[in-house]
Amino acid sequence: MTRKTPLYERHVELGGKVVDFAGYKLPVQFAGIIEEHKAVRNDVGIFDVSHMGEFEFRGPQALEAVQKLIANNAAKLEINQVLYTPMCYPDGGVVDDLLVYRLDKDRFLFVVNAANLEKDWDWVQENTKEFDVEIENQSFETGQVALQGPKAQELLQKIYDRDLGQIKFFWLEKEGKISGKDCIVSRTGYTGEDGFEIYARNEDLVDIFDAIWDAGKEFNLQPCGLGARDTLRFEAALPLYGHELSQDINPFEARLKIFVDLEKGDFIGRDALVEVSEKGVEKRIAGIEMKDKGIPRQGYPVEVDGEEVGFVTSGTFSPTLGKNLGIVMVKKEFAKAGSNLDIRIRKRLLGAEVVKLPFYKRR
Amino acid sequence: MYPEELKYTDDHEWIRVENGKAYVGLTQYAQEQLGDVVFVELPDVGEEFEMGDSFGVVESVKTVSDLFMPVGGKVVEINEDLEDSPEAVNEDPYGDGWIVAIEIADKSQLDQLMDSEAYQKTLE
Repeated sequence: MTRKTPLYERHVELGGKVVDFAGYKLPVQFAGIIEEHKAVRNDVGIFDVSHMGEFEFRGPQALEAVQKLIANNAAKLEINQVLYTPMCYPDGGVVDDLLVYRLDKDRFLFVVNAANLEKDWDWVQENTKEFDVEIENQSFETGQVALQGPKAQELLQKIYDRDLGQIKFFWLEKEGKISGKDCIVSRTGYTGEDGFEIYARNEDLVDIFDAIWDAGKEFNLQPCGLGARDTLRFEAALPLYGHELSQDINPFEARLKIFVDLEKGDFIGRDALVEVSEKGVEKRIAGIEMKDKGIPRQGYPVEVDGEEVGFVTSGTFSPTLGKNLGIVMVKKEFAKAGSNLDIRIRKRLLGAEVVKLPFYKRR
Repeated sequence: MYPEELKYTDDHEWIRVENGKAYVGLTQYAQEQLGDVVFVELPDVGEEFEMGDSFGVVESVKTVSDLFMPVGGKVVEINEDLEDSPEAVNEDPYGDGWIVAIEIADKSQLDQLMDSEAYQKTLE
């Protein structure tokens, strides 16, 4: 069964092209991916991300349970701080990448990918049995919108009853209200721009969306779909599970070393990652720019001198840079900026050059 | 939206016969479904294809779609402007957004295609 998010009717009213994605009916685009993409880079856009999963950890050993599951260090989080982290298998492969919200001393929220929801829930349950912690799957009762772009703060401040200036990057506020409705607001996102993610109960999300929408008129607020979400995260080189991350890719290979804390104490996958850290990786993620005309897409082989050295994990036309760009997983010796690679696109072999990631960084 | 003088295919392409050659492109419906077209891979002039063969590729931001020959024939002209302005496929699908011109091998194949009215019925 495909679920509708609380904002489904709004998507239809606003002309969204709705598709099935990770078990939800969600808009892939409204005005057009390029127009939506540019709105987020230049002004502000709103995304329905209610499909994301939420697990709340509560209890005396909540921190211990969280620490065992994730590769980054939740102990260094202050209350109301947010952390990005991989969650690994014992061999260092990735179960999922997620955000951890520290809501209180003994209260944490995991925000996980919708496509991995069931797998993550099973994994979390399976691996926390020894702890005095209660874990609740709130995914189907929680809605979320992301308000992203340089004008996001000015817009949201019109209708939010707390000072957004006090919420720093990767911090949250849980006491504020929009339209009288409780919500968690964090300065986080998946676009490479400034912006906020707003969590609320399903039944409150339409009122919150409507308030943002009305306040957004003077800011030229653009409704955005999954298509623009993907091109925006791609330019910012933010990994997408199933592309740059998977069971077969460890965080070191995915350029996520800074989100792995090998010194924090034991966690699932630590031994394997210590070994990777000592030996170094054999393959890793790199960015490419096409020199010949063609668009690299996920799964296309990467070759050097006729030998296959890797594959494309993501690729598209970049609306901001106006170039055909890709992210590839290649043998380490070919991942250096300036290396020349060939991408096999259908029958042709097209030239590309390795460039530094991210492709786009906000000023 | 769907000019009377064109013939249409199930693959959402149109063909217009004009002075012995036939122009081929994507319909209004096809370009709407694709979204922003950002790349068109064209065949070489002189290449020959059977009816239904894939002769090129059109890519939007998110998708890659094959282009199919509405009827068999030889490519006599390609729209090189699409290299720099692929968005013409969206903006003017029956005009500047044409993709190739072909010399039709067997004109009787045109009878297997739909007229405007029949094509629009398939979209309902």
